[in-house]
Parts: sequence; C-alpha cells; structure tokens
Amino acid sequence: MSLILDKINYVYSEGTAYQIQALKDVNLEIRDGQFIGVIGHTGSGKSTLIQHLNGLVKATSGTIYFNGQDIYDEDFDLRELRNRVGLVFQYPEHQLFETTIFDDVSFGPKNQGLSKEEAGLRAFEALRSVGLPEELYYQSPFDLSGGQKRRVAIAGVLAMKPEVLILDEPTAGLDPAGRDEILDLVARMHKEKGITVILVSHSMEDVAKYVERIIVMNHGQVMFDNTPCEVFKHYKELEQIGLAAPQVTYLMHELKEKGLNVNTEATTVAEARESLLEVLLGREPNHRGSNLEEENLC
Amino acid sequence: MGIIKAKQLVHEYIRRDEEGNVESIQTALDHIDLDVQPGQFIAILGHNGSGKSTLAKHINALLAPTEGSLWVDGKDVTQEENILPVRKTAGMVFQNPDNQIIASVVEEDVGFGPENIGVPTDEIWQRVEESLKSVGMLQYRHHSPNKLSGGQKQRVAIAGVMAMEPKCIVLDEPTAMLDPNGRKEVLHAAHELNQKKGVTILLITHYMEEVVDADYVYVMDKGHVVMQGTPREIFSQVGTLKEHGLDVPQITLLADLLRQSGLDIPLGVLTREELVDAIMKIAG
Amino acid sequence: MLRDITLGQYYPADSVIHKLDPRVKLFATLIYIISLFCFKGIAALLAATAFLFAVIKTSKVPFKFMVKGLKAIMVLMLITALFNLFLTPGEPIVQLWIFKITAEGAQNAVLMAIRLTYLILGTSIMTLTTTPNQLTDGLEKSLMPLSKIGIPVHAIAMMMSIALRFIPILIEETDKIMKAQMARGADFESGNLIHKVKNMVPLLVPLFVSAFRRADDLAMAMEARCYNGGEGRTKMKPLKYVALDHKAYAIIFAYFIVILLCRTFLPWPM
Repeated sequence: MSLILDKINYVYSEGTAYQIQALKDVNLEIRDGQFIGVIGHTGSGKSTLIQHLNGLVKATSGTIYFNGQDIYDEDFDLRELRNRVGLVFQYPEHQLFETTIFDDVSFGPKNQGLSKEEAGLRAFEALRSVGLPEELYYQSPFDLSGGQKRRVAIAGVLAMKPEVLILDEPTAGLDPAGRDEILDLVARMHKEKGITVILVSHSMEDVAKYVERIIVMNHGQVMFDNTPCEVFKHYKELEQIGLAAPQVTYLMHELKEKGLNVNTEATTVAEARESLLEVLLGREPNHRGSNLEEENLC
Repeated sequence: MGIIKAKQLVHEYIRRDEEGNVESIQTALDHIDLDVQPGQFIAILGHNGSGKSTLAKHINALLAPTEGSLWVDGKDVTQEENILPVRKTAGMVFQNPDNQIIASVVEEDVGFGPENIGVPTDEIWQRVEESLKSVGMLQYRHHSPNKLSGGQKQRVAIAGVMAMEPKCIVLDEPTAMLDPNGRKEVLHAAHELNQKKGVTILLITHYMEEVVDADYVYVMDKGHVVMQGTPREIFSQVGTLKEHGLDVPQITLLADLLRQSGLDIPLGVLTREELVDAIMKIAG
Repeated sequence: MLRDITLGQYYPADSVIHKLDPRVKLFATLIYIISLFCFKGIAALLAATAFLFAVIKTSKVPFKFMVKGLKAIMVLMLITALFNLFLTPGEPIVQLWIFKITAEGAQNAVLMAIRLTYLILGTSIMTLTTTPNQLTDGLEKSLMPLSKIGIPVHAIAMMMSIALRFIPILIEETDKIMKAQMARGADFESGNLIHKVKNMVPLLVPLFVSAFRRADDLAMAMEARCYNGGEGRTKMKPLKYVALDHKAYAIIFAYFIVILLCRTFLPWPM
C-alpha cells in the first residue's frame, strides 16, 4: 500500500485577482506503516496537501498513484480511496450531527455499505479504542466536553478502518491533558494496528516526540522531508519561515557553541537529558531502560 | 483597593428541567479571592473546565456571581447600574477571532465599541486610529477581517477593546486557536499595551510559555485557585502543575529532570539562557 | 464552488462609487431595477447597458469578480428563460412535439435573461462597493421614519449587517463540513430527491449548531463592548450628503428619464 504524489500543483481561484498557487510541484511518497509529521505555518499549503491524499481536492496538474493506480483515472473509485485513507479535519467535533454518539460513529461504516450490525460493531470498537466511557455511548454528542467530542469525531473516522489516517491539527484548541490524550491515542493506533499516520501540526515539539519523518511545507512546496533530527539541524532556516525547532534543540546548539560536547541532534526532552547526563556526569547512555517518553534516536 | 478584587466569589451553573426543577448544579467558581493591582500583567492558568473563563466573564459583568462579591475599579458588579461602567473599564477579548468581529471592515469594527458608549464622531476616528496603531494594525484599517490571519484578527479585537479606553483588558484564551506566529503577535501586543499604556492585563491561557513574562500567576483547577505566585515560584513546582493537568515548557521540564538526576540546577528555570548558564557552571 | 458567491463581499477600492452615500446607492439600485422592468425598445436597452457598464467601469471592481456572482444564479436564469421560451403564447416559429417556440417567446427569454443578468450585476455593484455596515446604515437612516410606528429599524439593520458579515464565513464552513462528511463516505450527489434531502442532514445539523454557537459568542462579544441597542449610540461614519451625492442623484434621475422617454417615443422593436 503506498501513495505517490507526482508533480502535484494546485491553484485556487484560477484566473481571478485572488489566484493563489497553494501547491507547487509536490513530489512525495507515503510508504506503508510510516508515522509522518507535516509541518508548516498557516497558508503553507499543508491542509491543501492532505486533502489531495483522499481525492477531496483535485490537483490542477500532476498525478497521484494509490497502489500504482492513478486516482484521477475515469474508472478509479474515489469512494474506495476515501474508505482506505481516513481524514480527520481540523476541529472535527464540528461535524458531529447524530442524536447519539454511537450513531454518529456508525455513519462512516454505514456509508461503506456495511450492515447495521457490522457498522455497530465497528462503532463499538472505535469508541472503545478512543477510550470513551461506555455509559456515554448512547448520549448526545453535543453534551460532551471539547476533548471528548474530538475523540468521538476521531472514532468516526477510525470506525471506517482506514489504512492511512490523516489528522489535520488534531490538538488545536485543546489543553495539555487533552492534547496528550489525542497524541497518545494516535501513537497507539500506529503501533498496535500498524496504521500509516500523517499528523499535520505546527507544534514542532509535539511532532518531534512521535514521528519518524517530517515533511516541512513552505509556500506550497516541500522544503524538507527527512527524519526529525535531520530536519531540525536546519533550525535556523526553519526559524526564518516562522517555524521554531523544539526548545531543546536550541539549548543543545548553544551548549555546543560554548564548548560542551553534547548531542545537538536531541529533539526531545528525554534525548537531551540523556546526552546532558552523559556529558556532565559521565553516565553511560541508557537507551532501553529509560522510562520516559518514547525516543526517536537517529 | 486593587483594580479587580474578588472576595469569596462563587458561581454555580444551574441546569433546570422543563418544570423549572433543579436538575444539576455545577460549581464553576468556588470561593475565589483575587486582588489585582493597576498596571499588572496577570496570568490565569488552568485546563479546560477549570473555571478560568467563568471568572473572566464575571470581570466584564457578563456573568453575575452566585455568592460573594467582585469589584472592578471600585464598582460592585452586582449593581445593575454599574454594568455598563464596568464593561467600559474592563474590556474583553475572546477565544474565537471570527465570532467577535462585528463589522466587515477593520476600522468599522474598532469603532463599534466607542459608538456604543456614545463617543462623538471625531473622537471615534482618533481613537480608532490610535488603537489600531497600538496593535500594529493601522495599515489594515480598510481590509475585510475575513482576509486577515488569526493573529491579525485577534489584534483587531484587542484594538476594538482599546478604543473604549479601558483600564483593564481581560483576554480569555486569545491564542488557543492560533498558530505559533499568531500567538507571538497577540502576546507581543498585550505586553506592549501593558508597558506603554499601563493597561492592566489579565491573560487567561493554558499555554505555559505565555505566562513566563507575567508579573503574577494564578493557577485554577475545579473552580479553586490552587497555586499563585510569580512565574518562577509556579514553575518550580513541576509535579504540582502536572497534577492540575498543566504542562511545563520543555526547558523547565528538562531543568527539573536534570535536578532530579542529581545535578545542581536551581528550581524554577524559566528561560534557555538560565539553563545554559546553570549547565555551564556545572561543566566548569 | 460555494465560496464563489460574491454577494455581500465588499471589494475595497478607491473609486467615486465607493465614496457615494449608501442611501444614494440604495436609491439608484432601486431605480435601476425599476428601469429594467419597465424599459421598452432597443434604445432603452442600450441606455441601460451603457449606464451599467459605465458604473462598473467607474467602480474599479474587476469585471471578472462580478461575473462570478452570476454563475451562482445560472440555474435560476436558465429556468426562467426556458419558461419564457416555451410558455409564451403566440405564433409558433418552431414546433417540437408538444413544445413550441414562438417569436415572442424567444424575445421574452432573451429579455428575461438580460434583465436578470443586469439585475444581479447592478445589485452586485452596490454590495461590492458598499460595506455591509454602510449599507445597513443607509437602510436604517432611510427607514428611520418607520420606527415611529413601532418597527425596530435599528435592530433589523443590525441583524442584517451581522448576517452579511457571517455569510462568507458560513459558506466556507459549509464547504468544510461537506468535505469532512465526504471523507466519511457521505454522498451529496446521487440518489433521488428524497434521498438527497436525507443526505443533507449530516451537513445541515452541524451547520446549524455552528451558526447558533457563533450567534451566542457574538452576542456576548457585543455585550462586552457595551452594545445596548440603538439608544445613545453615536456613529463613526454618520451619513451626510455631499456635492458628489447630489450629482449622483441628478445622474440617476436623468437616466430614468431617458428610459421613460425611450419607452414613450422609441418603443421599437420590443
């Protein structure tokens, strides 16, 4: 299973005063099972990019191949693509509409043509995986708290059992606890079910902690596409386009400049701590025993 | 007396069924005491549902206390005749930039407040110009708000409040829906107003990075003020903050972890420079 | 796409039309609409066309931008034109099974299409060159006498201006919700009418919820800024006629007289 984008261009409001080239010659390959972060400031084209991946927006030029098939072919079934590439929009709780949470989550599976029982089973499974208490399943989604609503909305997409899960700024507007809940949920989906995850965010620190590959978008183009530590090596260029590398990256670079032999590739607090303890206390790095957050060593 | 003073302030959201019987009571504010001096930059922290927004709405007389009292610039908010003067004294900026801009042109929106309080036309123009300038949005005065970025919209909203010449501005999670650039813009504008115009600022947020430069911080949870102090005092208690569903900036967290591992690093590190200095001192 | 509807979207530019008092523009639009439905003869049509394009040119709003507003009502226009084409009685020139096209029908269809196009373009000029707030100010002031008989003119004007401000936002939101539901497999296109209506539920419910939420937020934001109804309010941009406005009145009257004269003396050939 793979998605390949070949020279994708997208132009908004072509031929008017408001013409904007949202995407410019984007070439990407999304391989099976990856956990990818897409970063860029507002208007960099990242939201437009992900809407191409399930065919909601059609490129002005260029081709997208899903498992080798051109998705813009006449006989390509876009609905089938949308079944397999799940997209969670920004503020997804704004799309809830059913009278009960359970019905809302069943909406996707029902549209896939599943029977009522099967759809219900999917909904049940999805709601359980997002950790919503069972006594809430038959209540109105509108009575939930903000973080809960968002989890229900994500369950609505998970219930369709997508192979690729794309989330557009899933933590926007949430408090730290809500943010961690959502990100941990996504990381668990990736790990347990092997779903390919594409996480759109403007928080470098969130992304650094979870993903294995970062795509940086700027002015509709792919600026960097690499592992987090490789990307954050360009922290000065990132800053120029209004994106900051994680605070620890700056710290490590500053320490290095002052002559301390620390690991400048550290992007998470855990990595930084490891490296600092090693340098300052002469302690052996201990990759396995760390009970801190998951690490992404280069 | 301070510009905002709350004494044993209580607010209960009461839900009633169709017959008017009480279905449930939710205590959003539970005996809050607050004393804010004029010219201060105050931050109120708390996770969603901690009661911080409810508190904000009291300061602008949008909600009335269930029990206890609240004075804004010496005026009791529970008195009907004080409502408009209180709203004039304490302006408010809300979370969603789209849902608080009334007019379709930036300058007309900034003029909305002064129009409401009966400011003469010539003076409205003066105030609009000055407030737009103070948030750095003067060049956008003829623009439609729909074409602005989130941070710009919030600055317009702040200008709209400034044009009413308030003594105090309450910002209720003004950055929650913004990207990092927008967040910086809004915070910068708030600090500018505080320093240059001496406006008292009450910033309500759940982003810890935003309170580092505040004069004083209140942390709320379940309707109580659970912590208060200078940012340094607050950030030195990483564990307690986490218990209240809050985060600490990466640098503070790292400093805390290093200290726990036995390194000699002071409590409550706030900035990168401080941590660099502390580490270099250890390294010799 | 949905966001192409330009109605209620102010286009900032520095033109004479932009500077006119909204009352003049409202009145002129009204007169122009009346003229569209009472003109007769090719001369009047030319006059209406010339007037419209002169105003468009003066307004400095790109023509392309205006035409976009037309696309949205294309369907309505086609239906009206077809009705006129087939249902006007008279001498048939073409007969297709039970459908017959008469010369009068053909003429009516063309005229109707022109009228509707001009009507949309004419009103678009007003909405594109006047901020919704100015527009409602104009309406408010023109209709103020009605408040004496108990009509809440200020409240209505305020409601209108807010509605106008939120139309583009809600249109964008509709677009977004539609896409979000399509990502969950919703289908807004196929099926019969009942099916289609039923399929709109996942779009309409979230849209209403969002509209109510926004209304709630906005009401609070307005209150926080001391909004207290129309009483004791001053105006940032009070309406005052200047020389330019008087000239504009003269021009629109002159135009209307030309149309009426054409109607009386040159009603040929329609």
